Amino acid sequence: MNQPAKPRVFLVDDHHLFRAGVRSGLGDAVIVVGEADEVSAAIELIEERLPDVVLLDVHMPGGGGRAVIEAIKPNHPEVSFLALSVSDAPEDVIAVIRSGARGYVTKTISGPELIDAVLRVAEGDAVFSPRLAGFVLDAFASMPGVEVPGPLDPELDTLSPREREVLRLIARGYTYKEIARELTISVKTVESHVSAVLRKLQLSTRHELTRWATERRLI
Amino acid sequence: MRDERAYRPGRHGKRGRLYRSREERMIAGIAGAIALRRGRDPTVVRVVLVLLGLVSGFGVAVYLVAWLLLPREGSTETIGSRALSDRQGITLALSLIPAFVVVLLLGSALHASFVSSWGLPLLIGAAGLVLVYRNAEEDERAWLDNSVRALLQLGPEHHSRRAFLARIGAGVVAFVFGVVVISDAGLSRSWLRPLVGTLLMIAGTVVLLGPWWLRLGLDLLRERQARIRAEERADMAARVHDSVLQTLAMIQRSADQPQEVARLARAQERELRSWLFEGRAPGSFGAEGPATLAAGVEQIEREVEAAHGVAVDAVTVGDAPLDEELRALLAAGREATVNAAKWSGTSSVSIYVEAEPKRVSMFVRDRGAGFDPDAIAEDRKGIAESIHGRMRRHGGTAVVRSVLGEGTEVELSVPRQPVRP
Repeated sequence: MNQPAKPRVFLVDDHHLFRAGVRSGLGDAVIVVGEADEVSAAIELIEERLPDVVLLDVHMPGGGGRAVIEAIKPNHPEVSFLALSVSDAPEDVIAVIRSGARGYVTKTISGPELIDAVLRVAEGDAVFSPRLAGFVLDAFASMPGVEVPGPLDPELDTLSPREREVLRLIARGYTYKEIARELTISVKTVESHVSAVLRKLQLSTRHELTRWATERRLI
Repeated sequence: MRDERAYRPGRHGKRGRLYRSREERMIAGIAGAIALRRGRDPTVVRVVLVLLGLVSGFGVAVYLVAWLLLPREGSTETIGSRALSDRQGITLALSLIPAFVVVLLLGSALHASFVSSWGLPLLIGAAGLVLVYRNAEEDERAWLDNSVRALLQLGPEHHSRRAFLARIGAGVVAFVFGVVVISDAGLSRSWLRPLVGTLLMIAGTVVLLGPWWLRLGLDLLRERQARIRAEERADMAARVHDSVLQTLAMIQRSADQPQEVARLARAQERELRSWLFEGRAPGSFGAEGPATLAAGVEQIEREVEAAHGVAVDAVTVGDAPLDEELRALLAAGREATVNAAKWSGTSSVSIYVEAEPKRVSMFVRDRGAGFDPDAIAEDRKGIAESIHGRMRRHGGTAVVRSVLGEGTEVELSVPRQPVRP
């Protein structure tokens, strides 16, 4: 795990205890270059230190993780964001992904899994928790009878069968390696499928995404 | 908890039996029963009943007959059914008849027609009261006893004896004067006579009985508040004991195992959330349980985490109201989850459920020890059989994939009936 340069990581979370927990969970697999507990301080420090990956709490006073991403992203597209959250409300998660985060994990994630996720994001890949995969499948579900008004852009507004398969396996708790074996494809291919889904998630104008219904649909 | 559903119309169903309310109760809970059935405010029903009682005495009679014939909430036996075997009580009730005949004669001698029109309902009411008093349950009888005792004492104790006597005197004088005015033919204005007489009677009654009513009302209010508070406290205590205190004790015991502490805290958090924000107590898949697929999956997640000490991560895509097939799917899925928790030896199990228009699938996966499907021990074969059998009975399928050293995945699937409202 040491041959590439260790990613430089910045922590943003308004809970001191949680930052300390993440720090110790990451151990020396990464270099933590700084931390902040509120939005404006975070923006200032990130612009100054330009980390590879920002670990970002979704819920924070002053606009939350979204505000940080939206301030940094236009000027520094090379900085990647990984969202961390206790809540699993789809609208929060989808919103932070659409504002530019490369992935989303829950705060209950274990240390090694978090390191894995950070490394992946640092390399430019996407990280989906099983739950996020579930949300995406939900949002892109093709629903007979509930036609989306306006033209569907097949490039952006639908998932390919393969992408759907990959997301299903992520939702079932498979790692990228296990997915690759199950589908007899390479891990790189799995990663590119997930990145493609992330792109659709960020750019699609499906109204499920733009106006996520708070209540789960009954189909 | 109870109060929230108290006024919802048709809670017992429009056709269901009327039950005397235990919560909404001034006397016997009959206004409460009617209010619940009709979806009205009990106070409105009470006012209507009192007006009916004043206009014709039959309101009183009907109330007492209802008291005899309606069972209380939560029981099936009525006071009336017990009264049938109470020979002494029936004799006592019948012995009221001669007394009323005397009153009726007196009334007609005084030309007081209201006495004769009120006589029969009052007779029925009094007879009913005798039977109710003799055959009511312990607590209702105690309440009647208390009320009568308060009537005999008539008013707060700290009032002086002289004031008490003055009040009684004034009340009786007003009442008697009212009766005399009504029955006296001396006054010329015919419409004025019953009006003044009735007002005087009412004033007398209020002066005589007002303090008693006030005290009854206050007692009742206090008693009800105390009962609601006690129920809430008991409910909270039970929940807190079942969940929070147990969890805290377990956390103390496993303070040296951070993973275990995290798991316990997580399960507790989930349970508290679902209780506080969704008002749902841990239950089952029965009629009282969750109503939708997603809620059922959450329940498996919670319960298996709590019972077997593993982290369960569930992801649900789509949702559907629970029907018999989906209940079977959930039951088999829980079985598989419990198996994974018990046998795999890992600390986490993943559940994935997807509701599609044509079918619902459920995957239960662990990265544990796994097993050789061809060489299963007898007990585990039985469990697998119960999963397979259950799914087959509901037209579904079950596939168990397991690799030694890599884990197990159970795939369950049932077709969906296209039920559209």
